[in-house]
Amino acid sequence: MTIYVNGKKEEMPKDTTMEQCIEKLGYEKKKIAVELNEEILPKSQYESRILSEYDTLEIVTFVGGG
Amino acid sequence: MKIVETKTDKFVLGGHEFNSRFILGSGKYSLDLIEAAVENAGAQIITLALRRANEGNTNILDYIPKGVTLLPNTSGARTAEEAVRIARLSREVGCGDFVKVEVIRDTKYLLPDNYETIKATEILAKEGFIVMPYMYPDLNAARDLVSAGAACVMPLGAPIGSNKGICTKDFIQILIDELDVPVIVDAGIGCPSQACQAMEMGAAAVMANTAIATAGNIPMMAQAFKKAIEAGREAYLAGLGRVIEKGSAASSPLTGFLKEKEEA
Repeated sequence: MTIYVNGKKEEMPKDTTMEQCIEKLGYEKKKIAVELNEEILPKSQYESRILSEYDTLEIVTFVGGG
Repeated sequence: MKIVETKTDKFVLGGHEFNSRFILGSGKYSLDLIEAAVENAGAQIITLALRRANEGNTNILDYIPKGVTLLPNTSGARTAEEAVRIARLSREVGCGDFVKVEVIRDTKYLLPDNYETIKATEILAKEGFIVMPYMYPDLNAARDLVSAGAACVMPLGAPIGSNKGICTKDFIQILIDELDVPVIVDAGIGCPSQACQAMEMGAAAVMANTAIATAGNIPMMAQAFKKAIEAGREAYLAGLGRVIEKGSAASSPLTGFLKEKEEA
């Protein structure tokens, strides 16, 4: 199935959880936050949340800034 | 005369106590220098920005010494709503409750939008954030920020990244004199003497990024700022000597000169 991550198309197997998706894409869970379809998904729900076709994810982290 | 014990002089912000009054920015310099800059600055608070993640890349969080308080900013926000969104995401990363709210619509001078900043502050303070709003030094806006729940105010000295110093000196002084929350001078401070000046004026702390990031030797400049901020704080606590507008006041005795003849 197709999902969108930070504006980019990604292909994921059906029934992929958020936890699996993040691992597959190479992100470290403790250093990111995720918005799923414009709502923050708490880290405690990554394991149980199953992604659907065309889900839109924003995965963010910290960078240097003033 | 009572000597003020500077070791017991704590900087209290949102119920947290800090020894350092130097808030260090982490933008525009190499991750490899962050640890040295933080250590030389003696900084206990460091600002960060939130952006889209790139998979597998090195992360700034790996370079920040343990025990340093993370202060995410809301840079990139043009409205209160965007600032709130960024603040909530930052907290979800797991950085704690501090947030530096900055809402900027003007891309030329990067001046903060006080009205949107007040709206964001009100929402975030209600959600339990320790809100540190970046603002244009206006007393009415500052009072509204305090009413909205801001833990401090962060008025600009000069446009972000300009290193021009405290161009807004008189207006920042008004905030220091009139507000009951800490006033942290943010933006524009370009060299240690200007950081010292802010502290002498009674600012609770100073935030600097570009002055350090664009210096020839970043860790050394961080240390120079640390010393200047401490010196300025001590000067403020000591109470500055008075200024006389005209004329002079001799420092040496006006009697007992060699040329004087003893009166018969």
